[in-house]
Amino acid sequence: MTNDKLNKNQIEDVSKFFAPENKKKNVETPDGQIIEVNPLSDYFSEARPKVHEPNSSKVVETFLNWARAESLWVLGFGTGCGSIEIPPLLTPRFDAFRFGVQMRPTPRQSNVIIISGYLAVKTLKRVIRSYEQMQNPKYVLALGSCTINGGMYFDSYNTINRLDKYIPVDVYVAGCMPRPEALLAGFMKLKELIKAGKAENANKYVENFDEYKANQKKIIKDWNMPDYNW
Amino acid sequence: MKNLIERLHIKYSLTDIVNQRDNFVYLTIRKENAIDLVTYLKDYEGFSHFVLLSCVDWIEDGKFQLSYFLNQPNKKFDIAIRTMIDRENAEMQSSHHLWKHIETYQRELREMYGINFPKNPRIEENFILEGWDEIPPMRREFDTKRYSEKTFFPREGRKTYDPATYMKDKLYPNAPITAKVNKKDE
Amino acid sequence: MSNLFNWNPDRSKYPLMKEDGSLDVDLSSQKFTKLWVGPNHPGVTGNMAVEITVSGDEIVHAKTHVGYLHRGFEKLIERRLFIQGFPTCIRMCVAEPDYNEYLLSKSIEDLSGIEIPEMAEWLRTLVLEMARLQSLLRTVPGQGGTFSLGLGVQWGMYLRDLILDRFEELTGGRIYHMYILPGGVRGLLPDGFKERLEENLQLIDEFIIKIKKLMFDNAVFKKRAIGVGVIKKEWVDQFGIVGPNARSVGISRDIRKDYSYLKYQELDFEPPTATDGDIFARSTVRYRELIQTVDLIRQIMAKMPEKGDIKSPTPNVLHWKIPKGETYTRSESSRGEYGMYYVTDGSDKPRRINLRGPSYNHAMTLLEHMLVNANISDVHAIMVSLQTCPPEIER
Repeated sequence: MTNDKLNKNQIEDVSKFFAPENKKKNVETPDGQIIEVNPLSDYFSEARPKVHEPNSSKVVETFLNWARAESLWVLGFGTGCGSIEIPPLLTPRFDAFRFGVQMRPTPRQSNVIIISGYLAVKTLKRVIRSYEQMQNPKYVLALGSCTINGGMYFDSYNTINRLDKYIPVDVYVAGCMPRPEALLAGFMKLKELIKAGKAENANKYVENFDEYKANQKKIIKDWNMPDYNW
Repeated sequence: MKNLIERLHIKYSLTDIVNQRDNFVYLTIRKENAIDLVTYLKDYEGFSHFVLLSCVDWIEDGKFQLSYFLNQPNKKFDIAIRTMIDRENAEMQSSHHLWKHIETYQRELREMYGINFPKNPRIEENFILEGWDEIPPMRREFDTKRYSEKTFFPREGRKTYDPATYMKDKLYPNAPITAKVNKKDE
Repeated sequence: MSNLFNWNPDRSKYPLMKEDGSLDVDLSSQKFTKLWVGPNHPGVTGNMAVEITVSGDEIVHAKTHVGYLHRGFEKLIERRLFIQGFPTCIRMCVAEPDYNEYLLSKSIEDLSGIEIPEMAEWLRTLVLEMARLQSLLRTVPGQGGTFSLGLGVQWGMYLRDLILDRFEELTGGRIYHMYILPGGVRGLLPDGFKERLEENLQLIDEFIIKIKKLMFDNAVFKKRAIGVGVIKKEWVDQFGIVGPNARSVGISRDIRKDYSYLKYQELDFEPPTATDGDIFARSTVRYRELIQTVDLIRQIMAKMPEKGDIKSPTPNVLHWKIPKGETYTRSESSRGEYGMYYVTDGSDKPRRINLRGPSYNHAMTLLEHMLVNANISDVHAIMVSLQTCPPEIER
């Protein structure tokens, strides 16, 4: 008993010398609870997303862009009916592995998200969450007419019309549904953009963060997740 | 099977009988007797396969039509039981105890039409929509286009034509404006 | 020592049911963990999610979440003419869109009393069987894929692509065809189509032999599949199980046989059945169905006439008013009974369309029931073996 007390006192003493951002504090969760957070042991961050700065040396940046373009790792999240054309893309007939494209199971490992077709509001919430969990640099490839202007479902109450109002899009592939060749062409276009250093739409998301969040919160009625701090 | 329909007619005083095909009959019955009839058909007549529970919105009459589709697998015979319920405070006796999957159908109808099925244990759970705060979307007074324009961001440049006039302008630009529609075509 | 290999869980330690029937799962007791399988998961079939509560690696409670693909077709058709609703509604299920085309056309023909010519019936039968073939080429090896047997998937996808090429030749589209229209079909077979299809079928014959060696003679596949995910015979009516899942427990119900439509009564076939009801039985039923479908396509090509009328005259589609009525039409897709309830009110737009997809029962109530007591590593195997397809649940 006394031992415990002693230890506890000692820890409290130590925490006096911590930097102010490392001290325990109370924060409000998205669903309104007040919880205590210890920044040294809990995974918690209130930081806003940061702009991904290019390397100061142009040669290094060109090399990095080449490397990024040649290893596009795609998040395996089939959001709509376009996902039926993804398996043919990865199998011997079209073989996207030739282009350095492969599927990864988690957002943390991937840097491309394919929005395959229409997005229901319920899926949009999961897509935003997956997109924000992905590491920089990250790219969005939108498949099908439904992501451009709603396509067939322009008047549906449950599918969004324009994807670029909610997350930034780098390359659109039009069609209903696009063929695997079109998807490959989309990947080639994305590679060109990355190599030229023009696929910087993830930075646009950071710069216009409040605007994007306002658009997202307008249609997702039960917003019960944090804004960025995953 | 004619025998069966006659017996049911006497027993449950059906209000309407329509023969769709040789092996498909629509029976219309009052709301109070509908679940009794379904139970009877399941327990005594071998209609063991429940196919579909569906709802049609007759907004002009202020009624919802519920349709229970039952199938008798051995005799290969189908019966659809239709019943009308009021649109205001729509409520129907739950039948989730008969087949397990009726529970899901009732959850869907609750969400899409706002029909309540008391005593269904999972009726309050979300099925398809998440955070929906408008009137139930499948009711006919809900205007999906207006809601979409109001909520989402329509991209400019989408043109909508009335197909009939557009086709006429493209195909027969010189035809008189009030083209006579052939009576056979109507 | 024998207990070491006895994987049947001992549930006596965890009294999970309370007296009123509700579950006694206290997450803070650290005996239970809540996990989401999907929607962002490479193993789930389509965009759906299963919320499972596990104790150790066994599942004590499961709940299916759908609605990620809801587009509201049944609402959208209220604003569209019969023919305008057609290209929209065939997108209801992406695995085999031809069944949507057939059911919509058949309902309209039923209600307006149109008879279609014989050649159109043959072509419809051919297209529907080709659709079943391309779907089975995806699912039969897909069952092996859930046990990390990826080679079969690579073979199957390539052969499926060849069938999609034939579709493209015939209709112009890879996935969505719009070949079947109210009153008939859109075109005759191109020159040399039968020969090219026969070439592809010979490749599929080879594949059928190879996949048997790869999957059904494989010890790992048998260990993982036999005795797992068992459907009991009495569940078939309780849960509304149809199609291959019902046939895998010995209940031979097939819409093609029982309520014969199109030209199926002129073809010689018997729906395959199994008795065990586990994952292995279901995949053997699908495998034998694949063999049968190849045979059926050969029969159709031999029996169908070379030329003929392919479309009955229909009224001008822009002014087409169908008399008031309602109908329920059904067909047998590769997943089971695929039906459509079609109500008209005498105007030029349909009143109500309700699709009855087989996955509606398989993926909701049945999957929730089957996952309880299953091992966490078998979730995807069970899900794929039921062949769930989420877009037809929520439409």
